[in-house]
Amino acid sequence: MAMIRFDSVSKRYPEGHEALSRASFEIDEGQMVFLTGHSGAGKSTLLKLVMLMERPSQGQVFVNGQNLRNIGRLKIPFLRRQIGVVFQNHQLLFDRTVFDNVALPLIISGCPHQEIGRRVRAALDKVGLLDKERNNPITLSGGEQQRVGIARAVVNKPPLLLADEPTGNLDPQLAAEVMGLFQQFNQVGVTVLIASHDIALIKSLSYPIMSLKGGQVTRQPATEAEVPFDG
Amino acid sequence: MADAQGAQRRQSRIRDMLAGWRAHHGEVARNSFQRLLATPVSSAMTWLVIGIALALPASLYVGLINMQALGEAWDSTARLSLYLKMDVDDARGKALAEALRKDSELVAVQFTDRASALAEFRAISGFGDVLDGLDENPLPALITVEPVAGLSAEHLGQLQQRLSALPEVESAQLDLEWVQRLYALVKLGQRLAITLAALLALGVILVIGNTIRLAIESRRDEIVVIKLVGGTDAFVRRPFLYTGLWYGVGGGLCAWLVVAISLWVMSGPVARLAGLYGSEFSLDGLGLVATLLLWLSGGLLGLAGAWLAVARHLGDIEPK
Repeated sequence: MAMIRFDSVSKRYPEGHEALSRASFEIDEGQMVFLTGHSGAGKSTLLKLVMLMERPSQGQVFVNGQNLRNIGRLKIPFLRRQIGVVFQNHQLLFDRTVFDNVALPLIISGCPHQEIGRRVRAALDKVGLLDKERNNPITLSGGEQQRVGIARAVVNKPPLLLADEPTGNLDPQLAAEVMGLFQQFNQVGVTVLIASHDIALIKSLSYPIMSLKGGQVTRQPATEAEVPFDG
Repeated sequence: MADAQGAQRRQSRIRDMLAGWRAHHGEVARNSFQRLLATPVSSAMTWLVIGIALALPASLYVGLINMQALGEAWDSTARLSLYLKMDVDDARGKALAEALRKDSELVAVQFTDRASALAEFRAISGFGDVLDGLDENPLPALITVEPVAGLSAEHLGQLQQRLSALPEVESAQLDLEWVQRLYALVKLGQRLAITLAALLALGVILVIGNTIRLAIESRRDEIVVIKLVGGTDAFVRRPFLYTGLWYGVGGGLCAWLVVAISLWVMSGPVARLAGLYGSEFSLDGLGLVATLLLWLSGGLLGLAGAWLAVARHLGDIEPK
């Protein structure tokens, strides 16, 4: 089954710029896919369409079996709870601890109190920041902040994980560590879509690549045959 | 069997959700109160503004119930004084008094003959020497009557006319005109209080709305993140509604304090004034019901102001 399906989707902005032009593609459940393209090619727009931060001008988007056209404004939060998102600028809140930042999605979805502590620590453990739970994120390094953002994205175990330039501000070694984390989540069944223009890093990993050019999506099979790809 | 287990599991999940929701409300309520305490000066100023705005109509209300109490105290002893003509002798006056005792509209009739009237006047006025110089008693005989309780002002006026038409009666005086004027004043005051309360309530809503607008602005980043990770509108609204509630309830408390302190300041002079009139009158306070009502209306106005701000401004903040 497709986790994400775009069916000849166009997105024009009021000022006339067309970010996507009848783009069609599918990402199957459990896949990990990179999305590349020069800046301004529409990578962020594509992710925003998946999260319903934007709506397409034409065409249809399906996420986890739901036609997003049928999801009204009031139901958007429930779609977003199925999607973990990692941002380049990590979007952490500096008025609370690392623990409280990661706990936010659980509190929002009404998770029982005891459960919150358990799951937040599990997520922080996974990204290697269990000892920093009482810190304010502002005291952490860039790489650590990004890992807190990842912990928050996966804490309520979403089936789909989106990342927008997650390694944009990181040096190569930290970037590789962060990519390693995404690979781990993918191995336990999470569908992962990572927008990045770090071609060198992408090429070093053997996952399928979608490139955006002129509003169209073209897929290249995985660089090495070890990851099956049925595009 | 499996179905029963499933139903049980579902039930316990709903229970968990409810418990989580309740805990979240408690936490948000506590948290938004702590935020207010974290900026004590600006919060206290807002509370005071709301308190003074609510205290004005509340004090007017207290003033009115006290005036009404004063009016009622006099009303229950409304009396008519019938001054008899000078040529009516005591025997005829007594006979008239007897006749009036049978009148169904009167409950008490007291006859004061001319000699007793003079004695009483001499005792009270201190004009004894002047009276001694007069050749004859200048005072008429007097019949004081008390109408049955609960007569309307109009009815009392008719009674006065009927009694003054009696042949023995020179004039009938109703000691009630000032009570009627007082009632008219109280009525006017009530209108004034309602108008003032409505205007000031609007003012409170706007003050709280503006304060909440600033709070929303200062928590913009948080709102964006909450919306990104799937927070509903209700979730985003909740802390601001509680903040509005706390502003309103705190303002209600301030208003109560302002009224209580004003009453306390005025109670001494009022007691002295009442003492001069030989009255036991003392100021009534707000009372329990009115106090609760003051708090409740403070809280409701706070919520309303917060709703206004939230409805206007939260929609503008969307993740970009």
